Amino acid sequence: MSLELVVSNIYKSYDSKSVLRDCSFSFRKGETHVIMGHNGSGKSTFLRICALLEAPDKGEVNYLSGSNILRKDIVLKRRMTLLLPGVGVFNATAFKNVAYGLRIRAIKREEIVERVNRILEFVGLIHKKNQNALTLSSGEIQRIGIARAMVIEPEILFLDEPTASVDQENTEIIEDIILKMRKEGKPIIITTHDKVQAERLADRLLIMQNGKIIS
Amino acid sequence: MPFAPVIVKIYLIFSMNSIIDGFIKSFSLIINLDKELLGIIFLSLNVSGTALVISTLIGVPAGTIIGLKRFPGRGFIISLLNTFMGLPPVVVGLFVYLLLSRSGPLGFMGLLYTPSAMVAAQTVLAFPIVASLCHSAIVNVNPIIKQASVTLGATPYQVATTIVREVRYGILSGIIAGFGRVMAEVGAILIVGGNIAGYTRVMTTTIALETDKGNFELALALGIILLIISFLINILLHIIQRKGRLKTAI
Repeated sequence: MSLELVVSNIYKSYDSKSVLRDCSFSFRKGETHVIMGHNGSGKSTFLRICALLEAPDKGEVNYLSGSNILRKDIVLKRRMTLLLPGVGVFNATAFKNVAYGLRIRAIKREEIVERVNRILEFVGLIHKKNQNALTLSSGEIQRIGIARAMVIEPEILFLDEPTASVDQENTEIIEDIILKMRKEGKPIIITTHDKVQAERLADRLLIMQNGKIIS
Repeated sequence: MPFAPVIVKIYLIFSMNSIIDGFIKSFSLIINLDKELLGIIFLSLNVSGTALVISTLIGVPAGTIIGLKRFPGRGFIISLLNTFMGLPPVVVGLFVYLLLSRSGPLGFMGLLYTPSAMVAAQTVLAFPIVASLCHSAIVNVNPIIKQASVTLGATPYQVATTIVREVRYGILSGIIAGFGRVMAEVGAILIVGGNIAGYTRVMTTTIALETDKGNFELALALGIILLIISFLINILLHIIQRKGRLKTAI
């Protein structure tokens, strides 16, 4: 049964500064959702709450399978993933970085090798699989992050500003990867502050301003 | 006193000769693999190595928990560990002696003046160094590493092991620093070990004893070996730190 996300009237503050106010959202499967807004509009916090990395102060985030509301446990958390801005690659080879999500799920070695190689080929980094990920360029690190998220075949993939602090060439490569995923019907929710990029990638576009989804 | 400079000169030559003589004899002990010398070296490495293994087994998980978890009294424990890093070995020796002495709470175990007592004292000395440096390495890891492993579906235990693996060079540096500390200390093991020949006599206590007796050959031979071990530890530490710096440089 596929995963559905319903966010109802969430609020979030940090040190009494309101970041999110009365945000609601429902995720339609098979579509690429883009949340657009200026820096500080609350889109990253919204994404982190949707990905269960943080809890809202008020309101509800529910994942449904059919009519069942799912428990927010490790089983559910493993059905989705969030690519953070800055990625956070480990001090290991590109291959080991991408294999991480599979290894912690106790997947067999042969399957890990096959899936990781396939994904590295997809993001165009197969030739760098034995290089330490920390020595890659920022654009390549971002692609490793996407590969690391994709390889676990999440039912919802959250991408927080996937092309921020990346050069033009890598931005185009990353956008192409996202478009390919969109074509394959992969469920994606992306945040961006780039209007052109938002329009290019979105099936459904949401605009955030001052902590509220305005359209 | 026209003869005074000559007397000083003769005295200096004699002193130098006795030092050179001591060095020659000490090298002869090392080259001939003197049985007593080897026994002392083996016991030293055995005691300090065992203490280090125990300190690592307790210190790394302790440092990891303190680094990753927030709980009441955490700040106090960190301050305590940092203070204990500089504990004078004689104080540790006294503390362990009181615990293990016949009238002490652990006196029934009959461990005083045994290598086990020396291991206990050196564990107390090494543990704060290993735990504290492990904690420092963990808290200095980029927070995004923890978040990345959580977003990829890691359990809390898997997050902890991922972070430990990330800071492995820092932790290894702490372990080696702990080994350097216990190998070089003399006060604690002298108090709890008693410096019994062939049983609890290690390199540092032998150097102290033989120097007191004016028997420099063995003391010098052990001093040279201790210096070599210390030098090797420092080289290893340097290599590990350089490797860690290279791999985290971006």
